[in-house]
Amino acid sequence: MSATTTTPDLAIAMRGVTKIFGERPEAALEMLRSGKSKSDVQSETNHVVGLDNVSLDIAKSQIFVVMGLSGSGKSTLIRHVNRLIEPTAGEIVVNGTDVLKMSLDELRTYRRTQVAMVFQKFGLMPHRSVIDNVAYGLEVRGVERKTRLAEAAKWIEIVGLSGYENSQPRQLSGGQQQRVGLARALAMDTDIILMDEAFSALDPLIRSGMQDQLIELQKSLNKTILFITHDFDEALKIGDRIAVLKDGALQQEGKPEDIVLRPANAHIEEFVREVNKARAIHVRSIMERGEHELCAQAVSKDARCEDVLPLFAEHQWVGVVDDQGAQIGRVTAKQVITALARYTPGVN
Amino acid sequence: MFPQLFDTRPLRRAVDDGLNWVVRHWGGYFEAAAYPLLMLLKAIEDLLIATPWWLIIAILAGIAWLATRRWQLPTVVVAGLMFLGVMDLWKDAMTTMALMLAATITAIIVSIPVGVWMSRSLNVRKFITPVLDLMQTLPSFVYLIPTVMIFGPGKIPALIATIVYAAPPLVRLTDLGLRSVDPAVMEASRAFGTNPRQRLLGVQIPLALPTILAGINQTTMMALSMVVIASMIGAGGLGYQVLQGIGRLEVSRGLFAGLGIVVLAIVFDRITQSFGKQLQARIGLAEARS
Repeated sequence: MSATTTTPDLAIAMRGVTKIFGERPEAALEMLRSGKSKSDVQSETNHVVGLDNVSLDIAKSQIFVVMGLSGSGKSTLIRHVNRLIEPTAGEIVVNGTDVLKMSLDELRTYRRTQVAMVFQKFGLMPHRSVIDNVAYGLEVRGVERKTRLAEAAKWIEIVGLSGYENSQPRQLSGGQQQRVGLARALAMDTDIILMDEAFSALDPLIRSGMQDQLIELQKSLNKTILFITHDFDEALKIGDRIAVLKDGALQQEGKPEDIVLRPANAHIEEFVREVNKARAIHVRSIMERGEHELCAQAVSKDARCEDVLPLFAEHQWVGVVDDQGAQIGRVTAKQVITALARYTPGVN
Repeated sequence: MFPQLFDTRPLRRAVDDGLNWVVRHWGGYFEAAAYPLLMLLKAIEDLLIATPWWLIIAILAGIAWLATRRWQLPTVVVAGLMFLGVMDLWKDAMTTMALMLAATITAIIVSIPVGVWMSRSLNVRKFITPVLDLMQTLPSFVYLIPTVMIFGPGKIPALIATIVYAAPPLVRLTDLGLRSVDPAVMEASRAFGTNPRQRLLGVQIPLALPTILAGINQTTMMALSMVVIASMIGAGGLGYQVLQGIGRLEVSRGLFAGLGIVVLAIVFDRITQSFGKQLQARIGLAEARS
C-alpha cells in the first residue's frame, strides 16, 4: 500500500517512450525532439504523436492510474507495456527485463506469464462460455484442461459470477461481462495487470461496485495494477499514485493528494476544479501528527475527508489510527474545511 | 472501324499452337494430376447410387431436421426428393448431386486456405481479387474448350469447370469473414500471448464460420447452376436431361429435369443456410457487435 515508506521495487519502468503513428516516424521524431508541438508535427508530416517522451516508474504492489482525456495517449501507453504497440523510441523494463529486446517467442512467453490485461470493450470470445473465457489465458499457456477449469471456476466465484459458468458472454450484462474479463486476467496469476478503461463502459453504480472490488482484490492479492481512465474521480478513488497525460506527454505524477492540492498546471487544475476533494484528500495528509489524548471517535489512516465529515456533528476532534489501532494523530472540522476550501478557485 | 495497329494473327496463332503443344506433350501429366478429382467424384457418385433411395431421403431429412429443429424443412426435403423419384429422375439427380458435392468439397479444400492467405496480406489480396473476378466473369465456354482439349470430354473437364466457377465466392467470403472478426477480440487474444496459429484456429475461424458457411452455400448454388453446361461435355445427370429435352424439343423432359435441379438447389440452400443461422445464433454475432 504505502509506496512512500518502503523503497519501491519497480514493476514497470518506462524511459523516454515516444510513439509516432505513420509511415515514416523518424522525421517526425526529429521534429518532436527539436521542440515542435504535437499539432505542428501532425500538420507538417501527417504523423500522429501518440506518446511524447514519457518516463514513468511504477512500483510493485500498488494501483497506478494513468489519467487523461480521449486522445491523450493513455491507451497507447498501456499497450506499450505488453508491446501490443511498438514504441518509436525509448525503453520499457518490466520486472527487470527489457521488453523491447524480446524475440517474438520471448514476447509470447512474457505475455502468457507476466502481464494480463482487461479491456474497455471486454474483448471476450463470443463463441466460448464464461468458464472457457476465464480459462482462455491458461489454455494459451498450455495448462491442462482439468486444472485450468478448476482455476477458472475459483476466479469466477471470487468475482461473484458463480452459476454463470456455462452462460455465453452475450447473455450477461455489461458489468457481468467485465467481471468475466477481470476473472480472465486474474486467473493468469500474473504480478502485473493492465486495465484499459476497464470500467468506463459500465453504469455509475456498477462501476463504483467494481472499483471497490478492485481495491479489495488488490489488497488481498498484492498485484501491480496499471489502470487507465478518463475519469478523475475514479483515479482518485482507486489510485495509489496517479499520472496525468495530455497530448501524449506526462503532465504530473504523484499521490492523489499531491495532484489535488498542488496541481502542476492549468490543465490539471481544470480537473481538480470538478472533483470531489473530500474524497480525494486523506485525513492523514492534513492531520496534526503526534501524541494527543485519545479521541472518542477515530478513523483509519486510509480514511478520506468525506469519511470524517459526518463525525464532526458529534465530536470536536477525531482521532486517526494506524493499522494496529494506535492513534497517530487527530483532525478537527476546521482543518478539514480549510483543506477543502483552500484550493477552490475564486475564493481567495 | 478501328484501325489495325499491328497484325494480331501471330499472337492468336501462338496461343493456339501453345495450347496444342501443351495438350500433346503434357496432356498425360494433367490427366494424372486430375485423377484424384475423378476418383473423388466417382466415389461420391457410386456411393449415392448404391445407397437405397429411402436411406438418402432419410439422411437428408435428418440433416434438415438437425439444421432447423423444426418439421417444415424436412417435409420440404422429403417432398422434393420424392418428386425426383416419382419423375424417374433419381439416378440423374444422384449424378448431379455427386458433381455438386465433389466440386464443393474441392472448393472448400482449395478456397479456405486461399481465403486465409488473402486475409493476412494486402498484397496477396491485390493479386488474388482480379483472378477471382476473372474466374467468375470469363464465360465458362472459354476455359471449357481448352480443358476439354487437355482432358478429353468427360467428367474431369466438367468438374474442373464447375470448380472454377463455384470456388471464388468461398474464397471471398472466407477472406471477408476472417477480416471482420471484432478487432477488440483479436487484440485480447494477442495480449494473452497467442501465436498466429492459435489466433486463426481458436478465434478467427470459429468467429468467421457463419460467413464461411455462407460461402459454402454460395458455392453449392453456383455449382448447381453449372450442371447444364457441364453436361454438354459429359457430366451426365439432370443437366443432360435438360439438354436432351432442348435438343428433341421435348418440353416436358427439359421442364421436369430443370425442376429437379431446382429441387436440389432448394434442399442444399435451405440446409446450409439454416446451419449458418444456427451458428450465428450460437455465437450471438448480432448482439456482440452492438
